[in-house]
Amino acid sequence: MSTNGSVIRIIIDGKEYLSRSGVYLIDVARENRIFIPTLCNISGVKPRGACRMCTVSVNGRYMTACTTPVSEGMEIKTNTPDLHDLRKAILEIMFVEGNHICPVCEKSGNCDLQALAYRFQILVPRFPYSFPKRTIDAENPLLVKDHNRCILCKRCIRTIKDEQGRSFFAFRKRGHKLEISIAHHLKDHLNKEIAQRAVDVCPTGALLKKESGYNIPISERKYERTPIGSEIESLKQSVIGDQ
Amino acid sequence: MERKKTIVATASLAGCFGCHMSLLDIDERILSLIDLVDFNKSPINDIKNFTEYCDIGIIEGSCCNSENVHALKEFRKNCRILISLGECAIMGGVPAMRNGIPIRECIEEAYMNSPSVKGHNPEMILPNDPELPMLLDRVYPCHEIVKIDYFLPGCPPRADLIYSALEALITGNEMKLPYEIVKYD
Repeated sequence: MSTNGSVIRIIIDGKEYLSRSGVYLIDVARENRIFIPTLCNISGVKPRGACRMCTVSVNGRYMTACTTPVSEGMEIKTNTPDLHDLRKAILEIMFVEGNHICPVCEKSGNCDLQALAYRFQILVPRFPYSFPKRTIDAENPLLVKDHNRCILCKRCIRTIKDEQGRSFFAFRKRGHKLEISIAHHLKDHLNKEIAQRAVDVCPTGALLKKESGYNIPISERKYERTPIGSEIESLKQSVIGDQ
Repeated sequence: MERKKTIVATASLAGCFGCHMSLLDIDERILSLIDLVDFNKSPINDIKNFTEYCDIGIIEGSCCNSENVHALKEFRKNCRILISLGECAIMGGVPAMRNGIPIRECIEEAYMNSPSVKGHNPEMILPNDPELPMLLDRVYPCHEIVKIDYFLPGCPPRADLIYSALEALITGNEMKLPYEIVKYD
């Protein structure tokens, strides 16, 4: 096995690429303008492999691209019909598992979950809706937590931290009652700037900032005209065009 | 020989009529549609009962009471193809926001406790006429009640999406689904 950092050769979708060993597969793909859909992953933060959206086939086995470091000789397929259907099914499960009512959500149009569903053109989920009973918590003066929309990706917990590295958010309760909470001992330190970062890092409308909303006109929202991931793929086209 | 026109029926169950409005948003294309389509039972022409077997039934809204369920089953019986139009028909939409709340609490809020009725219902009467349809325990998406053949999401579905679906069904060509027309809001 090659040591971390040595140059290795891998094959993605039939094409050969050079990379350094030990780099996460998702980052290698992104650098090479290959879009692998993700929800729980954030660049630069330790991956969790929670949502399974980035599942790819590595030498015939399904693995999450965000937690898999590349190594010599890997043969990766990122977009087979089976993988496409698997990812679509995962998205559909997320939609039926919570109460995602897009018409009344402030995040609509800027929501990663919705944008992926648009990209996969989900017209209706194949699973029955579960309509779980969830609460909305507006206790914090700056943030509203809507547990109906939370997909438990842990992005807020993993990224929004104070200067000592303590998380502003945490999980509470267990099993199907699991939900995010704002850490009590830190809530006085939660300022507007941190609240905004938390809202931005949330892939759905589960965290919303109070006293603002619907700031962006409908036609200018993030995923209005271009699908999620096209920023990665469009670079690919321009690079090819330059050559 | 004149080609037989496609017969379309529409209904609005637990919805806001926004999807029907969006159908009218196809603008001047409605003229070419009229050449291809005849409307049967629909709120657009106010025909109350089916007068013949229809080719396409378009359902807006979800099922929140017994009358909605009855109407939906009538549509299934009288239409060859049924389409769920809009978020409410597909997933319950805004009406489904009551799904986590007990019915008694919903009705008491609407007729006794909300600020707009407080003081105007001194005898605290809840609607109890036997003619009124019964509310269901929760709001049901249409495909959980009857078989639905096609789904057109949106709130409302974009006019282009509705037109493109009708055109594809009538002409038998494959439906075009560009990114911009499949939206959930």
